[in-house]
Amino acid sequence: MQPRTLISSAQLNRPRGRIIYRVILTLVIVIFTLVFIGPMYFLFSDGLKSTQEAVQVPPTIIPAHLHPATYVSAWSRVGIGRLLFNTLYYAFGALALQLVFDVAAAYALSKLRPVLGNVIFLLMLATLMIPSTVLVVPQYLTVASLPILHLNLIGTPAAIWLPSVANAFNIFLLKRFFDSIPRELIESASIDGARPLRILRSIVLPMSRPILGVVSIFAVVAVWKDFLWPLLVEDGYNPSRETLNVGIWQAVATTPQNLIIAASAIAALPTVVFFLIFQRNIMSGLTAGALKG
Amino acid sequence: MAETAVRVSKPRARPASMRPLAGSRFGRKVRRNLSAHGFLIGAVLCFAFFSWYPIVREIIMSFQRTRLGVTSWAGWRNYITIFHDPTFWLAWRNTLEFTVLALIIGYAVPFFVAILLNELRHARGYLRVLVYLPVMLPPASALLLFAYFYDPTYGLFNHVLQAVHLPASQWVQSSGTGVVSTAMISVVIAATWMNMGGATLIYLAALQNIPGELYEAAELDGAGMFKRIRHITVPQTKLILSMLLMLQVVATMQMFVEAFILTNGGSGTAVVSVVNLIYTYAFALSGASNYDSASALGVVLMLVLAVFSGGYLWLSRDRD
Repeated sequence: MQPRTLISSAQLNRPRGRIIYRVILTLVIVIFTLVFIGPMYFLFSDGLKSTQEAVQVPPTIIPAHLHPATYVSAWSRVGIGRLLFNTLYYAFGALALQLVFDVAAAYALSKLRPVLGNVIFLLMLATLMIPSTVLVVPQYLTVASLPILHLNLIGTPAAIWLPSVANAFNIFLLKRFFDSIPRELIESASIDGARPLRILRSIVLPMSRPILGVVSIFAVVAVWKDFLWPLLVEDGYNPSRETLNVGIWQAVATTPQNLIIAASAIAALPTVVFFLIFQRNIMSGLTAGALKG
Repeated sequence: MAETAVRVSKPRARPASMRPLAGSRFGRKVRRNLSAHGFLIGAVLCFAFFSWYPIVREIIMSFQRTRLGVTSWAGWRNYITIFHDPTFWLAWRNTLEFTVLALIIGYAVPFFVAILLNELRHARGYLRVLVYLPVMLPPASALLLFAYFYDPTYGLFNHVLQAVHLPASQWVQSSGTGVVSTAMISVVIAATWMNMGGATLIYLAALQNIPGELYEAAELDGAGMFKRIRHITVPQTKLILSMLLMLQVVATMQMFVEAFILTNGGSGTAVVSVVNLIYTYAFALSGASNYDSASALGVVLMLVLAVFSGGYLWLSRDRD
């Protein structure tokens, strides 16, 4: 049963309403398919064109001659395999570190409540007001020479992994979820002699699967979509460790148009497949996280 | 510290550790705090190194001048330098223009798309997937595809314009300096296509929380469809609308990758944004990295964004 919305079902069920609804529904489906699938169609089909056909005037809608070899040469020439591996390495490394440190921090702030915990939490939330894009210069200089330790992280995976842990939004989401776990559960376990780590592992984490899923998606997608930071810290070093975004962008100057589109299509494919498989979880997780946040 | 009292009473059920002495209570408190800070330390160190310290450092650097490895205090000179750079004003104009356009297109469109999708009784799942799909693409893929569509000679968009007998356009490469340049609109179209899915889904979820009786009552009172949107849909989603407004302003003011990729390095000044200019000051002037000016510009942007995100936090606090 459809809940009542702007227009009542009764109104839609009248003969005139039914016709108008059908027309609008068809229009919406056709227009949305054109607008959103259309570009995706060209993303995947233009990579099948030959180099000449890709820059031909006027452009062809359907490739006149199929050149699947374009995908093969895009793969080897742009080095997609290596770029894909790098990006996954950064994304899942960042995910692992965030799951360890951010979950631990949120747990401490929510359940262990140390002295100054609220001050630390406020200072973390304050960083939400200053997006990292604004801080690229001092962040870059800091990563190039860590204060006190004098380490240079540029060109190492840590340059992406460690800053990703400073994610106030994920800590906020986790803490708010942990806050909703009844204190009695924690206390009875603690009376039974369980240490904080044991309580985290056996009580808090098993109850927090939904929020861990949401936070994991945020963590991976953030690294996957980032451009400026990996361009600064992972580009042009030896061994070269660019991300997909940066690597493909760099190839533009030296690679024919059809190979670039084919490379973009290969880069898009894993996320498209991942999204189509997990679309329900991803979309409900994102709206839940945003609405309650 | 309300729990301290609760925790103190715990050992009664655990005779092994029962020590009625005040000193041990203090010891336990210290130990509990130490272990809690142990859980916190990893995240706190990362915040300290990569967030808190850079914020302070950016402010300090904006008042310093480094020449040939020697750093000295510069007062407001870095700020005066960037205010005298004509590109500074152009970048701000572009960023504001981008923000306004993104608000008109990228903010209003998802709201009406959400209202429309919420009325449909069929294909809802399919349409939601469609709208959200571009959000998942790597930005380089989506933007390089749009750069290809926008190409003035062999691009698809000019071909479509030609097919309907409209004049061809230079798209992102146009150098028009009117009130709203074609180049800027091209960037906003690509950005909206890439990003509108998130806002649409959030609106959809908000629309589904509106009690149906409100519409029912309004209809009985004779309110037409547009009156119902104005007097029920908008007020009922006001909070989400204002929160997303703040988020959108903050996000679009940091616009970088769109202009950078679409104009191949952001070299074309027609669409240079503030963050593009920070990047240019700091990293793109070969051999003349000017971290001082970049920091000063960063502080200016930080202040402007802080005003907006302060408003956002203030609004979201209202909800609790």
